[in-house]
Order: sequence, then C-alpha cells, then structure tokens
Amino acid sequence: MLSRLPAGALRNVGAVVGPRFSCSTSNARLVSRARFASTSSGSSASSAFESFINSRATLASVTLFTAGSIAWYTSLYGTLPFIGEVHANSAADEGLHPPHYPWSHSGWFDSFDHASVRRGYQVYREVCAACHSLDRIAWRNLVGVSHTVDEAKAMAEEVEYEDGPDDQGEMFQRPGKLSDYMPPPYANEEAARAGNGGALPPDLSLIVKARHGGPDYIFSLLTGYRDPPAGFEIREGMNYNPYFPGNAISMARVLFDGLVEYADGTPATTSQMAKDVVTFLNWAAEPEHDERKKSGLKAVILFSALTAISLYVKRFKWSVIKSRKIIYNPPADKSTH
Amino acid sequence: MGALANAFYNSVVKRNSVYVTSIFAGAFAFGVGFDTAITSFWDSWNKGKQWKDIRDKYVQDADS
Repeated sequence: MLSRLPAGALRNVGAVVGPRFSCSTSNARLVSRARFASTSSGSSASSAFESFINSRATLASVTLFTAGSIAWYTSLYGTLPFIGEVHANSAADEGLHPPHYPWSHSGWFDSFDHASVRRGYQVYREVCAACHSLDRIAWRNLVGVSHTVDEAKAMAEEVEYEDGPDDQGEMFQRPGKLSDYMPPPYANEEAARAGNGGALPPDLSLIVKARHGGPDYIFSLLTGYRDPPAGFEIREGMNYNPYFPGNAISMARVLFDGLVEYADGTPATTSQMAKDVVTFLNWAAEPEHDERKKSGLKAVILFSALTAISLYVKRFKWSVIKSRKIIYNPPADKSTH
Repeated sequence: MGALANAFYNSVVKRNSVYVTSIFAGAFAFGVGFDTAITSFWDSWNKGKQWKDIRDKYVQDADS
C-alpha cells in the first residue's frame, strides 16, 4: 500500500506531522509518519493502536506470517502462489499423484501388521509370482515374520532347485531348503520380456523403496485401473492406469474380488488384497523396519536425555565465569605529591 | 539433602573400587530396565500386529 504513494507525498506528510514523533531510525520514522497521516488525525485515543501498528514486533510477526503462508502454500501445492507455470507435458504424463493411505505401519511407533504380511505373501505367491520375481527374499526370511519354520520348510520343498555339481560333475535337482531364494518365474530377462509383450515385470524385492510414493503409489496402481477417458489413444496390449507415468501400462488389472481365499477368513476384496500385498512388499523392501523403529525410539530418548544433561552441565560450569564481575581499581594519582 | 549426599558419598563414592563397580552395575541395571520398559511399551502399542501375537494360530508342534 505504501509503495503506491509517490515519494513526495510521504515527504510532505512528514513535514507536517513529523515533529510529534522522535523515533531512533529514519526508516521507522518514515513509516510512522505515513501511518499516522493515513489512519488518524492524531487523537490520543488511537495512540495505543498507533504504537501497536508501528512496533517492530508487529512488523516482524506480519513478515513471519507472510513468509510462513507462502512456504505453507508452496509445500502444499508445489508451486509459488500467483506465479504461473507452463509445462510442455500435462501433469497426467507423470502419473496421478497417489493419495496417502493410513498404513498400519506408517506411524512412528507402528510395527508391520504381520497377519497382513502373511496374507500379502499369499497374494504374491498366487497372483504376482506368475510374472514378478522376488530375488532378494529367501524362504528363511519368512520364518518368524509371517510363517513358522515348518511352514517355510514345507513351502521351500515344493520348489525344485538346481544344485551341484555332484561327484560325477553333473548338476542335479533337489527340493528347496530354507536358505534358497524365491524362485523366479522366468529364467532370464529376455524370457520375461518375451512372455509379456516386450515389457519386463520388475523384481519386487525393493519395489516399495524404488517408486515415488512407495506403498501409496503401488496400492493406487493396483486398484486404479479404469477405462481410458475419451480421446485417449491406447495401443493394443496396453492398459490405462492414471497413476502410471504415461498412463499406459503393460500389466493388466490382476486383482479382482474373491481372487484368493484367505485362510483367516478375511474377505478377499480387491482393496484388501492390494493392501495386504503392498504391506508384504513393504516388509520385503524393509525387513529391518520393526527393529529400526524400536531402536530409533530408544536412541531418541537416550540422546535427548544426554543432550539435556550436557546442556545443564555446561551452564553449571560456566555460571561462575558468566556471573563474575571484573573491577578495575585505578592506581592512586601520585602527581599531587 | 546434605545428609543424603553424605550417605551417598560415604557408601558409594568414598572407595574407588565400590564407585566403579556401582557405575558398571548401574549401567547394566539401567540397560536391562530401559530395554524392558521400551519393549513393553512397543508390545502394548502394537498389540495383535506382531508375529508373536499371531504365532499361536500357526504353530502345530508343541515343541517348536
């Protein structure tokens, strides 16, 4: 508002009412003059209001409020307010931003829901494992997380692994052991591409860490299949998914209500299966998750206590030095002798 | 306060062997107690979600 006034106006106002104020800095004086002239005619009733308006605390808090609003807006919407942007591509080309879902493990103190991890493994085994490998998870990793030792051994033994060489130098097949890793659905990448129309199904071991949005993105992707909007050209063999960058994904929708049958009686809806499998994949990407949060809790408590103690000790030791007073006694003047 | 401090000094601090031993014993006791407290909080916060809460449903053998 002030900046719209010509400089001369301020100078004239200052010449009229300036002497009533005696501020220390020239900048503050300029503001107080202009404010005074525009808001009141100088009655004593409004002097409290004037001093409030002219105070540095008000200026600082208004500045802080303004900067805070802009920062909040920027963090919320991703762009500065009132400044337009031009993009060559539309926002949909980078994939729809997934909403945040309240995961059972998203809080600071929350562990994984291991019943959900177990159901998610079932979904992975019966649905995802047809195309996606899980290279970095061994059968032994499931023990004590989602399955007992006996269950994990039984599941491993159902799979044949190539081992060897034996005494004759021959490779042989044997049933799986706990130390074996999850069997891949395809022998190599070329076979995987050939079986999926040229698209490579990514390994799912670290997929939650490897995608922006993490579990939210994967859940949105799995449940986000729908008909393409009018005018959206989609190639043969591709599927429309607004959450996938480019919106055309080779993977078709795989999760349908009642696709698997949960042993614990949980209704196998699409979103339930997606939630469970994402929880399982989140565990696969971060198997240390539970222990990490627990150790982090301990570390935060211990280090805060130690910081508080060290701050107190510092103040205690320095209190003598800070509060001492050094007095200089000038020598007696001897010149009068 | 003064009496307490004197008692503390005479019983713990006066002899260095007792002092060092009590520090080590205190550190051990605190470690165990702190760990127990955090674990009990963790288990109550995550009740029903951890493997040990659902393990009973899947274990068949009594000895495992």
